[in-house]
Amino acid sequence: MDMTQTADAPPPSPPQPSAKPETEVRERPALRAGDRLFLGLSGGSGILLLVLMAAIAGFLSYRAVNAISQDHGNFFTTFEWNTDTTPPVFGIAVLAFGTIVSSIIAMAVAVPVSIGIALFITHYAHRRIASPLAYVVDLLAAVPSIVYGLWGALFLVPHMNGLDLWLDRYFGWTYVFDQSTPGSAARSLFTVSILLAIMIVPIITNVSREVFRQVPRAHQEAALALGATRWEVVRLSVLPFARSGIISASMLGLGRALGETMAVATVLSSSSVLSLHLLDPEGGTFAQNIASHFGEATNFGRDALIAGGLVLFVITLIVNGAARLIIARRKEYSGANA
Amino acid sequence: MSHTASDLTAPQARPQGRLAQRRLPRWTPLAIAVGAVLAGAGIGAGAGLGSHVQWGLIALILFVAANYTLTRAVEGRRQAKDRVATSLVYACFVLAIVPLYSLIETTVAKGVKVLNGTFLSHSMSGVLGTQPGGGIYHAIIGTLEQVGIATVIAVPIGVFTAVYLVEYGKGALAKAITFFVDVMTGIPSIVAGLFVLSFWILILGFGFSGFAGSLALTILMMPIVVRSTEEMLRLVPNELREASYALGVPKWRTIVSIVVPTSIGGIITGVVLAIARIAGETAPVLLLVFGSQVINNDPFNGPQSSLPFYIYEQYNLGNTASYDRAWGAALVLIILVMILNLIARGIARRQAPKTSGR
Repeated sequence: MDMTQTADAPPPSPPQPSAKPETEVRERPALRAGDRLFLGLSGGSGILLLVLMAAIAGFLSYRAVNAISQDHGNFFTTFEWNTDTTPPVFGIAVLAFGTIVSSIIAMAVAVPVSIGIALFITHYAHRRIASPLAYVVDLLAAVPSIVYGLWGALFLVPHMNGLDLWLDRYFGWTYVFDQSTPGSAARSLFTVSILLAIMIVPIITNVSREVFRQVPRAHQEAALALGATRWEVVRLSVLPFARSGIISASMLGLGRALGETMAVATVLSSSSVLSLHLLDPEGGTFAQNIASHFGEATNFGRDALIAGGLVLFVITLIVNGAARLIIARRKEYSGANA
Repeated sequence: MSHTASDLTAPQARPQGRLAQRRLPRWTPLAIAVGAVLAGAGIGAGAGLGSHVQWGLIALILFVAANYTLTRAVEGRRQAKDRVATSLVYACFVLAIVPLYSLIETTVAKGVKVLNGTFLSHSMSGVLGTQPGGGIYHAIIGTLEQVGIATVIAVPIGVFTAVYLVEYGKGALAKAITFFVDVMTGIPSIVAGLFVLSFWILILGFGFSGFAGSLALTILMMPIVVRSTEEMLRLVPNELREASYALGVPKWRTIVSIVVPTSIGGIITGVVLAIARIAGETAPVLLLVFGSQVINNDPFNGPQSSLPFYIYEQYNLGNTASYDRAWGAALVLIILVMILNLIARGIARRQAPKTSGR
């Protein structure tokens, strides 16, 4: 930097050469041009990404504020989504409820199952079964969400009827599993949750598997040497070591479930009713709301959808940020063990 | 946790004069399993339960219970717990494999019915939604062009950012980039679509086009490329860089001719996986490309279609013929994604010896 300044601007040059020792041979201007270009290109790309993130937040907020300022309902507590009426009345209460409830149920189902599969692959299955299995799970993580959506709507929904009826009959007293009209199509938040769980199982499994694989052999062998059974090895040495890894894997899955659009849009029969009866075809999620309403939305309606998207963006930012902080903490932890 | 520790140290009640505690014969779980399945089927048939899933569940519960009781009686409580845990792990595996297998099986079985030369080489132009026939040619063109443009934009930016993070980055800027790249990985695709909608279409006033979709796909692709490339660059041993510097090679030449070539296999793998990931994205296309029934070869003008969008569109038409087409397109999309994944793995395997570590 200083060397080029000496070439371009004579006035400040006299003090500089004296400040730099003459023996410094590494500074070669001819080569540093390439270096500067490269630093500029790579640093510029990085800064571009930061600018992009800021732009996403900025532009979404800009359009969202425009929409929310004309909203004649409370944006956070209104149930319905009527952007075309005058005055427009819309709010995210139902969407926030649907998004959060479906994601939480999906997590509750997917996390234990994923940990089980990951343990099966790393600690239980024979090597000859384990590696192709890991491979298959990898491939399943890559299946596009629209395919899950298609399968969910045309295959899973009819097959959920039996389970719904059973839950209604034996667990209807919990209110949550009570079906208002028994036998209605299973296009409900509950089915969505199950489908989301199926979708995120491969993702959580993949990450957990990597973490389980990193558990030091010494820890496990120490437990075995004390006479621990296989389950005790898992509980005493594998799970404690992998705990933060499992948490961050789950957070990744949660982020995916929160933002999932197509699978929800195809399965859910949406409405602006906030229903605690999870088996009823009611409710909605942020992403599904955008996909379903976008087609016939006016310009103002699009702004309102952007406002909904902004809330989803903020939620996923928080979830992902938290996941990253947990991973960062783990890095220090495993660094001490390395 | 504390009681387990005491379990470990507590001497097992074992018969005098024998080193090993009493064990059940190795065929016990198999025998219990067969018994449980028979009993489950018997109870199921006896109670007149129609669903075979219920038979299976009864058998599973019987198996776990019998296994626990028997093991506990013969081998002790810790062994019994171990057996239950093993059963649960296997159950998790079966529980997850069933839907995932069903997904693949259904898609293949239903997709194969419509998959033929006509389906691949014709658009939906002039085909009513309720008629059989038509095809996905326009959607394939759309997917290839949109994904192609996104790749061309995202890969250089992603690779350069990774180079910055590994080779140059120190301090607050690099930390900020790392954090936000991580966060960006989790942006829902529909939010990326909304951003491009608000910026490119609503504010700058461009129309719906394949290119607008590519911009959203770029946003989704860049962080994936950065992450995978960064990991690969970090695997390059420092000795290689130092050897290069010692020969007087400047830093940028070292990066171009030493660091990147060493890790090129991994970088390409990451890029191909990223392509596979964005090729299946529907939401941005839905918001930005708008969909089309006819072939539009120009990604910069006018609405296009794409494979995922086509599936959604045909599903929404809601009749037998359109469902068939949706399954056909889903099968093509899965095959495309799988091929990309296999290519990526092939490259990763061929290039693996070059990298140290894993």
